[in-house]
Amino acid sequence: MKPRFAIRLASAMFALSLVAMPVFTITARAADKIDPEADKKAFQKFFTEKFPKLKPEDFVNGPYSMNEDLHKQWEEKEQFPPYEFSLEAGKEMFSRPFKNGKSYADCFPNQGIGIRQNYPYFDEKEGKVITLELALNRCREANGEAPFSYLKDEMAALTAYMAFTSRGKPFDIKIPNDPRALEAYQKGKEYFYTRRGQLNFSCATCHVQSPGERIRAEVLAPALGILNAMPIYRSEWSGMGTTSRRFTTCNSQIRGVPLTPQDDEYRNLEYYLSYVSNGMPISGPGARP
Amino acid sequence: MASTIRVRATANGDITEVQALIQHPMDSGFVKDAKGEFIPPHFIQELTFEHNGKPVFVADWGAAVSKDPYVKFAFKGGKKGDDLKISWIDNKGATDITTAKIQ
Amino acid sequence: MNITESGFSATRRLVLKGTGLVALIGLGAVPFCVSPALAAANDKYPEDAFRQKSEADAIKALYGKTAEPSDKVKMDAPEIAENGAVVPIAVTTTLSDVTSISFLVAENPNALAASYRIPQGTVPAVANRLKMAKTTNVTCIVEAGGKLYSATREVKVTVGGCGG
Repeated sequence: MKPRFAIRLASAMFALSLVAMPVFTITARAADKIDPEADKKAFQKFFTEKFPKLKPEDFVNGPYSMNEDLHKQWEEKEQFPPYEFSLEAGKEMFSRPFKNGKSYADCFPNQGIGIRQNYPYFDEKEGKVITLELALNRCREANGEAPFSYLKDEMAALTAYMAFTSRGKPFDIKIPNDPRALEAYQKGKEYFYTRRGQLNFSCATCHVQSPGERIRAEVLAPALGILNAMPIYRSEWSGMGTTSRRFTTCNSQIRGVPLTPQDDEYRNLEYYLSYVSNGMPISGPGARP
Repeated sequence: MASTIRVRATANGDITEVQALIQHPMDSGFVKDAKGEFIPPHFIQELTFEHNGKPVFVADWGAAVSKDPYVKFAFKGGKKGDDLKISWIDNKGATDITTAKIQ
Repeated sequence: MNITESGFSATRRLVLKGTGLVALIGLGAVPFCVSPALAAANDKYPEDAFRQKSEADAIKALYGKTAEPSDKVKMDAPEIAENGAVVPIAVTTTLSDVTSISFLVAENPNALAASYRIPQGTVPAVANRLKMAKTTNVTCIVEAGGKLYSATREVKVTVGGCGG
């Protein structure tokens, strides 16, 4: 009898806690002030303290900064990197005008050169986060061209080139003093820390709790600087992939339902992750296992 | 069409170091496509580097060389400004040739 | 048609004459095909060696002799490959009169991965990127002064998980 009673009691308490939690959370949310600056400081402090031997700029190399054997293989590949062809294609595509005579340079500040570190940004007119990938497709559509898939091929080549022109520049994401921008940032942060999928992992489960450790055979990258190398040539893909590709495949890998590339949640997530890596140098395009 | 061959040849005193990256699927023939059919083997078999009309390095490759193959080697006797001719032929008879200058 | 010392050369001549093409395709096991194009183009591509399954057979087909392990052959290979599709393997050697360097991956479907001809004046060192089907030994053979020397390293290959 006792075990059964214990189970009933536990179930009742669990049910109670489920009811109680949302109330607590709502109250807590109203009381919290969204403070991205404080978040960023805490985020960067967490990782630099966890890995005291790493220089700040090492974090942008993902798993390669976590493991010596991997690092050597990466150094060898960087001598003549696998993203070379995509990068060249991207440069060529970027300079080719559209059918109407205009080009990508007309859509971006500074002709699109050396600006990747400013993306994503919050568009106050529209009230939403604009990522580089989104901006590129909007540029195409505004000039009568069909949009590209967000996952690879042309989009990866274009973002590879734009990232390359910003190599070394520190992430400089701005959050204007606009409640909608703060909300988008906060939603991105919440997405990052929320568990999902059959495996019930949040982004943080792997990239905050276990950087440098293995998940099956792969070494996990730290969340700090994790987008700085985008887009990436992954050995696993034998090809290039964008931020969108990585977000969707990651969702699938934890057996969750992937969202549509450039959905609100993904753009907010990118906004959050980029902001908390402010100051870290852009290293894209990159190579990854 | 742009060449598939990317080369970096640098002279360091008497020794010229050469790195090459070639765009090629290097399909082994052992991989199946989405329909479940084997993708036929398609890989570079011979890659030749020539300086002053003589081969300085010849690679005989099988299907186990990675996609977008890379190779690095070094030879004596080259100097800055010299031409380095690189050519390959694959199992389908396709070829590509390029000439690079030693930096 | 003259009978030559090496049956292999006779086969190539058949190809060149075009009549042997059908026979060759019959010989070549699908999916790893024989390469009529190169056979016609060049006398020295070691097709036969690339078709051998085991390391021993490949070395025999390529060089006709056996190798002795030597610490003068220095291999650079990772302990655990980041990905079996792209494993950086390099070799340097202090041996002199090197004429050939080859790489074999023991448990690949065909052990011979690559073979390099080293003319005089070329430094006896090569770096390349190979495919490995699974954890196994990678062997490097150096032909120097007419003799074969080898070095071997085990490289672990794992199946990727959820990514980093």
